[in-house]
Amino acid sequence: MHTELWSLIIEKTIFGVILLAAIMTGAAYVTLAERKVASWFQDRIGPNRAGPLGLLQPLADGIKFFLKEDMIPKNVHKAFYLLAPGIAAIPPLLIAASIPWGNQIELLGKAIKLQMIDLNVGILFIFAFASIGVYGVMLGGWASNNKYSLMGGLRSSSQMISYELAQGTAVVGVLLLAGTLSLDEIVKQQDSLTKWYVWRQPIGFFIFFVASLAELARVPFDLPEAENELVGGYHTEYSSMKFGLFQVSEYIHLIVTSALISTLYFGGWQIPFVDIASNSSFIYGVLGVISLLLKTVFFIFVFMWLRWTLPRFRYDQLMSLGWKFLLEAAFVWIVITAILVLAFPWYKTWF
Amino acid sequence: MTQYSEQNQKYVIPTEDNDKFLLNLGPSHPAMHGILQNIVELDGERIIKSHPEIGYCHRSFEKLAESYSYNQVITITDRMNYVSSPANNVAWTLAVEKMLGIEVPKKVAYVRVIFMELARIMDHLVSMGILGVDLGAYTGFLYFFQQREKIYRIIENMTGARLTTAFGRVGGLERDIPKSFKKDVYDFLQGFPKTLNEFHKLLTRNRIFMDRTRGVSPISKERAIQYGFTGPNLRATGVEWDIRKVYPYSCYEEFDFEIPIGIDGDVYDRYLVRMEEMNQSYKIIKQAIDHLPDGPWHADVPHVVLPLKRDVYSNMEAMIFHFKIIMHGINPPVGDYYFSIESPNGELGVYIISDGGPNPYRVHWRRPCFYYYNAIEELINGGLIADAVACISSLNVIAGELDC
Repeated sequence: MHTELWSLIIEKTIFGVILLAAIMTGAAYVTLAERKVASWFQDRIGPNRAGPLGLLQPLADGIKFFLKEDMIPKNVHKAFYLLAPGIAAIPPLLIAASIPWGNQIELLGKAIKLQMIDLNVGILFIFAFASIGVYGVMLGGWASNNKYSLMGGLRSSSQMISYELAQGTAVVGVLLLAGTLSLDEIVKQQDSLTKWYVWRQPIGFFIFFVASLAELARVPFDLPEAENELVGGYHTEYSSMKFGLFQVSEYIHLIVTSALISTLYFGGWQIPFVDIASNSSFIYGVLGVISLLLKTVFFIFVFMWLRWTLPRFRYDQLMSLGWKFLLEAAFVWIVITAILVLAFPWYKTWF
Repeated sequence: MTQYSEQNQKYVIPTEDNDKFLLNLGPSHPAMHGILQNIVELDGERIIKSHPEIGYCHRSFEKLAESYSYNQVITITDRMNYVSSPANNVAWTLAVEKMLGIEVPKKVAYVRVIFMELARIMDHLVSMGILGVDLGAYTGFLYFFQQREKIYRIIENMTGARLTTAFGRVGGLERDIPKSFKKDVYDFLQGFPKTLNEFHKLLTRNRIFMDRTRGVSPISKERAIQYGFTGPNLRATGVEWDIRKVYPYSCYEEFDFEIPIGIDGDVYDRYLVRMEEMNQSYKIIKQAIDHLPDGPWHADVPHVVLPLKRDVYSNMEAMIFHFKIIMHGINPPVGDYYFSIESPNGELGVYIISDGGPNPYRVHWRRPCFYYYNAIEELINGGLIADAVACISSLNVIAGELDC
């Protein structure tokens, strides 16, 4: 009994450290990718000085963040001001912990699950922590004692709340089909290309995608930090690594959101035409991880593509899109899905 | 408390209730191009009342011009609308030439037209690119800046400077056009329509862009005329008024071009008018460069145009004129003169009073931005902050020109 517990603790610790390191490095490289993708879209070269092809740029950025003067402006609410970047950075990491990054693999004669926590309420857990992330932005905006920051914080809190509803509602379609909240189960059910939920939930996917875009506060929904209106938005008063944490949390959020979309609608770690669910050899497990990463990278690219193409919404347009269109559409889609599931059994089994 | 706060007492605008939120848009704000201040009273995101302020970029150019010789003033005009300085330079030189009654050769007029139209394109590239940036679409801005760079190369080859061009002199050009001039201009003309088209594809029919700009801060024909609007912002309201057509100068009557006009006078119409004007400027430049005549690069007015240095050393008359121009300057007849051109931003008027001396007695510039900024308060009241930002960038208010 004790040995089992200890081996579990060791296994999870090692996996957790690897996951944390991977996500942090990933986030750093996504910032580089963002700049590179932007430069491709804009017909520029992009960062290419630090290291070959600019690959050491994230390292240089990180060092710069630490070496910059750590300034706390006068008259800020110190406790909240210092707490905010942390609150913003932790929830996305917790979400990353609950995403199944791969199938179970056999290593050293032990079955290891490539998921930190397989909760039977996985999706609820994710939504719960996603909404806590708003507090970081909101507190940061409020505690900064700056009007632009305050407006950025207010904008972001109202935006997140509005779009969380649509996002949470849209995902119900998948839950009705899967009959479970566990992400691992949801992935296992999408065991062939045709069974990816995106084919059965196209509208649900669209709503989820748009709402995720708004949750990430990226163009066209980047109102909380709309530079030309609010200077820097909620992070106007933040400098050095405190700003860096906001930045990193944003990109971790981008990664986990892309991974979540792939997991819910695009079969997660499943590979089309290859049955890896029943095979727990090491190679297949790694292939599964690569499959999920490729899907994630694709969605990250789509998010960047949109960012460097579209203008941003105005505040009232954003609200009316969220409340008057997306939420209604999500409700209608739930009803349609429910009817399909009840009336047509083949809709659930599908091919 | 301190002297600082006492000095700033006048900026504290009393509000009746505490629900209102005072926000300083500017003077240093990413969307206030240059340094414009706009104190806005907000109700949530909505602007209840705005208090625009001017003067943060005032450099007293009109007073400064009184102590400069006529050719030196050209360098001041660079710093007014720094986005399209060649047009300002030409406005000044044309005004002084009108005082002196000088007729420039056709080649000079054509080269000036090319530069003024390049300046118009440059100005619209920047202002419409920035409109995109202010609405969150950054990419088109950089597409435009590549074209702007090509224009800068032409200007650099001609004048030696990029921003402070000091293009042309009273009575002609500073020097003959460089050998690469035609090739450079053709280079630019070749790539420009494609970029313009790309930008159109990126934004013009984009649903978000249209939602953001249509019906935002509109102004009626009558109000626009009352405020003294000119140029693209007036044409966007539907008034067909272009000084190039109404009072042609510098051979503009010889070119075939049209004046685009809008309907509603909102941000979207201003955008469309400017985009089409670039197309028309492209047509004008093409005609001008195709039919660029040969000839001297200055008028035959030795008492105004400085002779070449090698002539000064070898030729008696040249030396005398050089001495006269340097020591006594250009002396226009006594009187007051007004001359205006269609600068990229609107009617740029130059009013000069001469007392017969080498320096102007009094100078006044009619800067189009000044009249636009008067209307800002009316245009942005009742809108959202995002609308105010779009409005200011679509009017293309440039602080350097506004404050002068």
